[in-house]
Amino acid sequence: MTHAPGQQVPGPHVLVVYTDDEPGVLTRVASLIRRRGFNIHSLTVGPTERAGLSRMTIVVDSDAQRVRQAVEHLRKLVNVLEVEQLADKPMVVRDLVLLRVATASAVRSEVLQLAQVFRAAVVDIAEDSVVIECTGSLAKIDALVDSMRPFGILEMGRTGAVAMARGTRTLTKARPALPLRTGTSPEAMSV
Amino acid sequence: MSESGSYTGAQLIWESLLREGVDTVFGYPGGAILPAYDAMVSYPIRHVLVRHEQSACHMADGYARASGRVGVVVATSGPGATNLVTGLATAMLDSTPLVAITGQVGSALLGTDAFQEVDITGITIPVTKHNYLVTRAEDIVPAIREAFAVARSGRPGPVLVDITKDAQQSRAALDWEAATPQRHRRHLPAPLDPEALAQALDLIRQAKRPIILAGHGIQLSGARAEVLALAERADIPFALTLLGLGAVPATHPLSLGMMGMHGESWVNRAIQEADLLIALGMRFDDRVTGKLKEYAPHAKKIHIDIDASELNKNVPVDVAIAADLGDVLRTLLPQLPVADRSGWLETIREWRGDSAVRDIKNLPDDGHLYAAHVMHDLWRLTKGEAVVVTDVGQHQMWEAQYYKHDGERSLITSGGAGTMGFALPAAIGAKVARPDAEVWVVAGDGGFQMTFAELMTAVQEGVKVNIAVINNGYLGMVRQWQAMFYEGRYAATPILSPDFVKLAEAFGVQGQRVECRGDLAAAVAKARAFEGAALIEFKVEQEDSVYPMVPAGAALHEMIRRPSALAETGSDPV
Ligand SMILES: Cc1ncc(C[n+]2csc(CCOP(=O)(O)OP(=O)(O)O)c2C)c(N)n1
Ligand SMILES: [Mg+2]
Repeated sequence: MTHAPGQQVPGPHVLVVYTDDEPGVLTRVASLIRRRGFNIHSLTVGPTERAGLSRMTIVVDSDAQRVRQAVEHLRKLVNVLEVEQLADKPMVVRDLVLLRVATASAVRSEVLQLAQVFRAAVVDIAEDSVVIECTGSLAKIDALVDSMRPFGILEMGRTGAVAMARGTRTLTKARPALPLRTGTSPEAMSV
Repeated sequence: MSESGSYTGAQLIWESLLREGVDTVFGYPGGAILPAYDAMVSYPIRHVLVRHEQSACHMADGYARASGRVGVVVATSGPGATNLVTGLATAMLDSTPLVAITGQVGSALLGTDAFQEVDITGITIPVTKHNYLVTRAEDIVPAIREAFAVARSGRPGPVLVDITKDAQQSRAALDWEAATPQRHRRHLPAPLDPEALAQALDLIRQAKRPIILAGHGIQLSGARAEVLALAERADIPFALTLLGLGAVPATHPLSLGMMGMHGESWVNRAIQEADLLIALGMRFDDRVTGKLKEYAPHAKKIHIDIDASELNKNVPVDVAIAADLGDVLRTLLPQLPVADRSGWLETIREWRGDSAVRDIKNLPDDGHLYAAHVMHDLWRLTKGEAVVVTDVGQHQMWEAQYYKHDGERSLITSGGAGTMGFALPAAIGAKVARPDAEVWVVAGDGGFQMTFAELMTAVQEGVKVNIAVINNGYLGMVRQWQAMFYEGRYAATPILSPDFVKLAEAFGVQGQRVECRGDLAAAVAKARAFEGAALIEFKVEQEDSVYPMVPAGAALHEMIRRPSALAETGSDPV
């Protein structure tokens, strides 16, 4: 295996976007990305530790110049508090995949062994298939998917990347005004 | 200041507009906005009833561009709201601060395809800076306050506030202070970077052949004096974008005139030969750059614009400064050495002389009425002091070339969107904003037919605008492209017009027709003297073309020049 856990993924640019948690924000961001012709690899959105604040991770498949443009355009949206480009910073990027893999009896143990190599969990076993869950860098997930392909992938669901810079947090601008989210259950996203 | 008592949502709309300093709104009523209209009559705000909601947007746009204030539009749900879309896009592309308030079906009906329900906030996301769907009376004041702040701040633009009928009908308290907007401050420009300023100064000091590219941002920033100080101190000539016309005076000795597709040849040549471009509040639109690969190949570039997303977008620059132009120049100027660049200016003057002999206004009167003559004579007769509102097409370019705009906010035109039908309604808005100004519409026979119903609005509201309809019997600009690039196949460009004189009279507007240059001055004098709206139809040369022209996609120096043959034949050789 060439992809150690947490290894930095080269290539696509990762943006972290903090937005108001209010209806329509995802539409605004998606509309901007479509209209300006930015190629995105994935976009994920979820609540943060602060009430009223959502956090998006956008993986953009473009050259640095286009990405800079995307950042400046995102910054013009009223609902966007801050955009962070994780490009040159050490970061953790994680993707989660659920894979349903065909497992004829002859290959089942091979599939399970491979899953173990990737530290993937087997979360469901049926007569002729298994469901594997794996979290990791984009490259690690790609590698897992590639290695399972010969057996027959019956279904795949990927979350898209969630990313965070390593080390001390630098984003302070957006924080102070918003109260801490109380309780641990994330509210339903209204976007 | 927390005012006690409770108001209906409809009242809160007008309370908010009053506090924002609004004196006039442009609108059209309907069911979903009826509560707001019902409440309106108790407020000292003028309502201008339009004939089409698109025109309401253009009027508010003209109002805003003429005055610098925020234009306000009111419309009902469904078709009333969708009719605003072209007007919002026009305002968005030209950075006009607008607030559009639309009625929406009751909140319980949202999402059910109820009568006249249209998702206008969804539709207008790409053509507004921001928009709001308000479903509760208590959210009206915060939404409207923030809408004004967003419309005005940074790079201005239109904002739409969609308010459900039940929100207008239910009650809430008015707490103006609590509604103080904050979010528009999220993306204010960072403090000036001293290093970038030092680099800019260095480039200016070293430049032998610098040129200022003056754009609309100068007016929006109110930086006219600073730009002139820069030009004069450093002895740098300036070229203008279409929307930059009037931002700095056309008759200033350092003014070169308009750049780009229909810019004069010496201007484009100067840009191509320059060793430094100082771009101020402009955005390197494809209409001003021509082919990007060959644009200003010898020039270093400094770009100052409040919108960071415009920097390095089309043209990569050496120094990019995202900030308010006035702020930047006020910091730069004290450090700027006085310079003498008379050699460079002399070179440009020589190029200019070569063009002047081709200039149509210098031609002897050969009995033909050219649109260029109309523009030149209008400029002379109004002493260059009118506010001219142009439509889109050949006449727009001739106006830009031949009416010398010295005053700020003296040319109002749809540049970014190129929206035909803009001129008449925008002129009505401009006149409402500046009743003491002389306002002229310059429109083509095509574009004028898109929105001439607004003549009735001008009459009903007692708005004195003067209208020059340049009738060439064609959708002229498209015909010109067909003549030049489509082997003269005039597909769908010949256009019939009504008798414009009778048409004007049917509306109660003074109507006149001019067919030769000799009659022009008297007709203009009669129109100006008339107390109400007045229209002159100018029957001009039909197959005339706008020169010079940089064909779309060609480099800026690859201009089709104004043919000198015109002097001999009196007709367009195309
Ligand atoms: C709403 C709209 N539709 C179409 C066009 C395309 N267009 C640009 S110029 C032009 C011709 C305008 O004709 P006219 O108003 O007669 O002015 P002229 O060019 O003849 O001076 C057209 C059709 C446009 N700019 N706007
Ligand atoms: Mg025409």
